[in-house]
Amino acid sequence: MAHIGELEALLRPPAMDMQPYPPKVITLASGEEMVVRQIARDEVPKLLEAIYPLLLVERDYYDIVSARLFGELLAFKRYRVKDEYVLVGLIDGVLAGMVNGRLVDEKVGMSYHTMTIRRGLRVGSHLFAAKMEYHIEHLGQDEVLIVAESPIGFRRWMIEYPLDKRYEVQHELGGVPSWVLTRDTYMAAKPRLVSGRRPVSDELLAGAASIVLPGEEIVVRQVTGKKGGEQ
Amino acid sequence: MRPVYIVGAGMCKFGRSEISFSELMCLSSMVALEDANLGDVPVDGVVVANMGAARVNRQTAIASALVDQLCLYPATAEAVENGPASGASAFKVAVQAIASGMSDVMLVTGVEMMRAVNGLEGTDFVASLAHPEAEYIYGVTLPSLAGMFARLVMDRFGVERKHLAMVAIKNHDHAMMNPYAHIQQPITMEGILTAPEAVVNNPPIADPLHLFDCCPVSDGSASVILASQEAAERLGGVRVRVAGIGQATDTHAVHEREDPTDLKAVRIASQKAFTMAGLSQSDVDVVELHDAFTILEIAESEAAGFFERGKGHLALEQGETRLGGRLPINVSGGLKGRGHPVGATGVAQLVELTWQLRGDAGDRQVEDASVGFACNFGGFGNNVVASVLRREA
Repeated sequence: MAHIGELEALLRPPAMDMQPYPPKVITLASGEEMVVRQIARDEVPKLLEAIYPLLLVERDYYDIVSARLFGELLAFKRYRVKDEYVLVGLIDGVLAGMVNGRLVDEKVGMSYHTMTIRRGLRVGSHLFAAKMEYHIEHLGQDEVLIVAESPIGFRRWMIEYPLDKRYEVQHELGGVPSWVLTRDTYMAAKPRLVSGRRPVSDELLAGAASIVLPGEEIVVRQVTGKKGGEQ
Repeated sequence: MRPVYIVGAGMCKFGRSEISFSELMCLSSMVALEDANLGDVPVDGVVVANMGAARVNRQTAIASALVDQLCLYPATAEAVENGPASGASAFKVAVQAIASGMSDVMLVTGVEMMRAVNGLEGTDFVASLAHPEAEYIYGVTLPSLAGMFARLVMDRFGVERKHLAMVAIKNHDHAMMNPYAHIQQPITMEGILTAPEAVVNNPPIADPLHLFDCCPVSDGSASVILASQEAAERLGGVRVRVAGIGQATDTHAVHEREDPTDLKAVRIASQKAFTMAGLSQSDVDVVELHDAFTILEIAESEAAGFFERGKGHLALEQGETRLGGRLPINVSGGLKGRGHPVGATGVAQLVELTWQLRGDAGDRQVEDASVGFACNFGGFGNNVVASVLRREA
């Protein structure tokens, strides 16, 4: 066992101390309350189960985001990526979306992915904002490197914040060069884009303690927008 | 003029289409044809309402294409482009064809596939209906015109943001009962206006209008089959008569109007429709208004004569315009909830009224509805078509 442990130690990236993300609650347009909290590694299989049916959904690039997120979550669970974290949004305990990222070093963060399961309520926008809040306000970083893989992402991050180009840096997700959210940009955007209340009540926290999946059919239907009616 | 009846109605679910433009156009047409159960009664003509296929979908001569796809030859075929009023304009053309005796059975289909392009391009395409030299060239878009209009109405008549939110909440609630609606998501006053998070949930689009004050960008199609009295009698079933149609225009540039808050074309078109129908506003049981922006539902409800000027928001506040209220408005969800595929909207309003008058509207059925009114608002109120439908035994 000791031999396996030594080998495993060589395979695992060294970890930095990361202050945990303090949960918050956001009232959505529907009046529903979404708890945003960080997950532990043992909760990853639940998220993989939610993502799996989306691997072949081309709409809005869910396929590529799902495939990459799937790998990133596995790498998080099995200690194969350095200093990764995952936040989820839960409405009555039901998974509404997730975001992840990692720390490049103490001062620079790297945003990975944002995936919305419950669409039409700006869940993705809220969760992305929570991710930026984590990097800048709670981890005390100076900037976050970001790319978008879909036009929706480009509109939400690059245009809405707005982000600056950091084209001399290649983002880990490959493809296009990186954009960056600086502390100043974040602070300027915060009143418009970052919301939520703390502390979260014990009742809400208890309701969000375990992740409930909406069911494969509902996930695909919500993501593709096919809700009711004939077409 | 010969009487004209709606003998068939159909639509597809509004939203984002996964099928081609041609298929979308055919889909609602086929549903309406099936609904009419025409048997050996031939379709004499087809009128297709659309605003942007040539630009957005690279497709022209779409009425001829529809005739071909449905094998309706040698039916006549025309396309009508009249901005957001294209749907009701096409309907009017078909009504005229039957009323004049030139045709006996007509298919009217409204179709738009706007999500084929991104939001910026879509907004620009719709903005092309604005005055080219006085508005469009300066970057005026429909949300910006609606925002300026809303500010004027709010300042003058005491309409507040909460009233705009009430329209959105009501129409989202109504859309929850409509399986064809694009938006099927209830919203609350807290979530879009009063909670601290509302500033993020409901960001400004064109002050004072926010995200939930604006209709979604939708793909969709809707169709009706019109018939002469003789043809309608052969087909049997509940008959919905086209009791009145009115149309009116106003200045292209909104700022040229003496009072920009006065929707004169809505007022005149509605009055013409009621006069032709021999009915008044008090006879109406169910109303479909063109709420591309929440403020328009309030303003149109007054201009069409259902409420005194400056009182529409008070009726809304009292719940009069909800399903179950004294005058239910946009029980389909309206443009806000059902969605707004521009060329299809005017026809979809008439499909909804037809279902309501036949008693086929399911959970959103207005009890004992026998007279319906629709307002299809083109441009920014510079070309409006109003229709009055009446159920006949």
